[in-house]
Amino acid sequence: MNSNSEKLSHAVFFALALSSISALVLITVFILVQGAPIIAEIGLFKFVFGMTWAPLKGEFGIFPMIVGSVSATIGAAILGVPIGICCAIFLAEFAPPLMRNIFRPAIQLLAGIPSVVYGFWGLIFIVPSIRDHLGGPGLSILAGSIILAIMILPTVISITEVSILALPSSYKEGALALGLNRWQTISSVILPAAKSGIIAAVILGIGRAIGETMAVIMVLGNAVALPESVLDPVRTLTTNIGIEMGYAVGAHRQALFATGIVLFVIIMVLNTTAQYIARRK
Amino acid sequence: MSNDSIQTATEIKLKMNKVDLHYGAFKALSNVSMDIQRNSITAFIGPSGCGKSSLLRIFNRMNDLIPIARVDGEVFLDDLSIYDKSTDVTYLRTKIGMVFQKPNVFPTSIYDNLVIGPKKHGIKHKIDLDDIVERCLDQVALWGETKDILQKPAQSLTPGDQQRLCIARALAIEPDVILMDESCSALDPVSTAKVEELMMELQEKYTIIIVTHNMEQALRVSDYCAFMMINPERAGELVEYSLTVDMFSNPTDQRTEDYITGRFG
Ligand SMILES: Nc1ncnc2c1ncn2[C@@H]1O[C@H](COP(=O)(O)OP(=O)(O)O)[C@@H](O)[C@H]1O
Ligand SMILES: [Mg+2]
Repeated sequence: MNSNSEKLSHAVFFALALSSISALVLITVFILVQGAPIIAEIGLFKFVFGMTWAPLKGEFGIFPMIVGSVSATIGAAILGVPIGICCAIFLAEFAPPLMRNIFRPAIQLLAGIPSVVYGFWGLIFIVPSIRDHLGGPGLSILAGSIILAIMILPTVISITEVSILALPSSYKEGALALGLNRWQTISSVILPAAKSGIIAAVILGIGRAIGETMAVIMVLGNAVALPESVLDPVRTLTTNIGIEMGYAVGAHRQALFATGIVLFVIIMVLNTTAQYIARRK
Repeated sequence: MSNDSIQTATEIKLKMNKVDLHYGAFKALSNVSMDIQRNSITAFIGPSGCGKSSLLRIFNRMNDLIPIARVDGEVFLDDLSIYDKSTDVTYLRTKIGMVFQKPNVFPTSIYDNLVIGPKKHGIKHKIDLDDIVERCLDQVALWGETKDILQKPAQSLTPGDQQRLCIARALAIEPDVILMDESCSALDPVSTAKVEELMMELQEKYTIIIVTHNMEQALRVSDYCAFMMINPERAGELVEYSLTVDMFSNPTDQRTEDYITGRFG
């Protein structure tokens, strides 16, 4: 090939790659510039562990929202991860090809549903069910966890399935040749061998749950208070930004960006951990 | 091998009677009948793709993993009809262990690799499991090297040691028969020599069948030799099956002679 045109295409691709990186840098810098001063002013500890969020009084403590994010996410993991892993095992090890060809696209479809639709469905279906059968306002950690559990399924299922399918077939053959039955082979050889991929799947699922905004705004109730049970409403870090962003000014606005920094750090840590674990052999 | 050991080992351990194997519509093995002598080493030789692995895997029903595979004919382990509907495949595979071409240790510790089989077959006490680990590693001459690193990942061993660990793992379930499918082909000459020596020691207690591409190896270790080739319909056939010394010194079939001389050439 002509070396000049090769150089040109090289430069074009480089520029495009650079632009996506620069978007990341731009956003990061912007959030930091906007949010860091107020953290410095209030003090990191008081901001992160403060119990009161009263923008009008200039009090910015986000601890109840951290608890909100963490509790809804843990709930989603408890409900979604076992189902997701079992589903992946089924697809990778048991499902006949025809069923697999129906399940896989269906699960991908689940990933394509807009989050506002999940929220809406949760609001008119899950929330009233919880209110009627379990009590409380219905808008609750439980409602959010159920919605998030469904939303993380595609991530958990597809990454787990890929990591099971990536195992050399010699592990399975070796286990069966020792007289292990199918289930013993899965539980004592396949799952341990796919462990790092499965952990990565769970962490990425959790990252997805913690970053979700629209669906949880509609079902979590958004009260800024420490919850006492899973039937209580909470506000998450993301919903806090989503709800107040429209009218916040000055210090309030900065405090929302600062909330974004905390969220950013949590998700970065989760993703880095997932990548580190997935890459470790 | 001395002639004595052959003459005392006349009991039949495994038996195949008019066996055909199909992969879907493709006939991979045609009309194979053979008796495998107890406490002998039998080598399957022949060109690539003639069905040696397929034949070997018939004995422990590894072909069950392939949905399109179908076996016709009779296969026996002692009196047990291997393909009978009532036969418990799990039990069968504890009686017929297998070692693969590439060492396929599980990505766990040396210790866990060895106890996984026994544990699943009901041995729970740590003392008993420890005993099994020591006995099996000792049998494959790995105990000295590994007794202090049992909790290390098995994959940190050299390929040769990994393959011996795989043999130890197969021994841990106390089989009668050990199948080895080109189990030295991924090993260096020193490790190969060690594994060959091991096969000959194990022969006292076990019946061993190996698949090999290496004529010298077949000649060195095996008592009996089965030469296979594809027939004009592309199905694998058993061409000649006899004492190894006879086959190499005085093959009865022209095709055997051509193959053997070609491989040594
Ligand atoms: N899983 C399978 N599905 C379909 N055909 C197979 C399968 N395994 C082996 N075969 C075919 O069966 C024949 C014998 O293969 P194999 O037993 O592996 O031969 P060898 O071990 O002597 O090289 C070959 O033609 C091969 O392509
Ligand atoms: Mg083969």
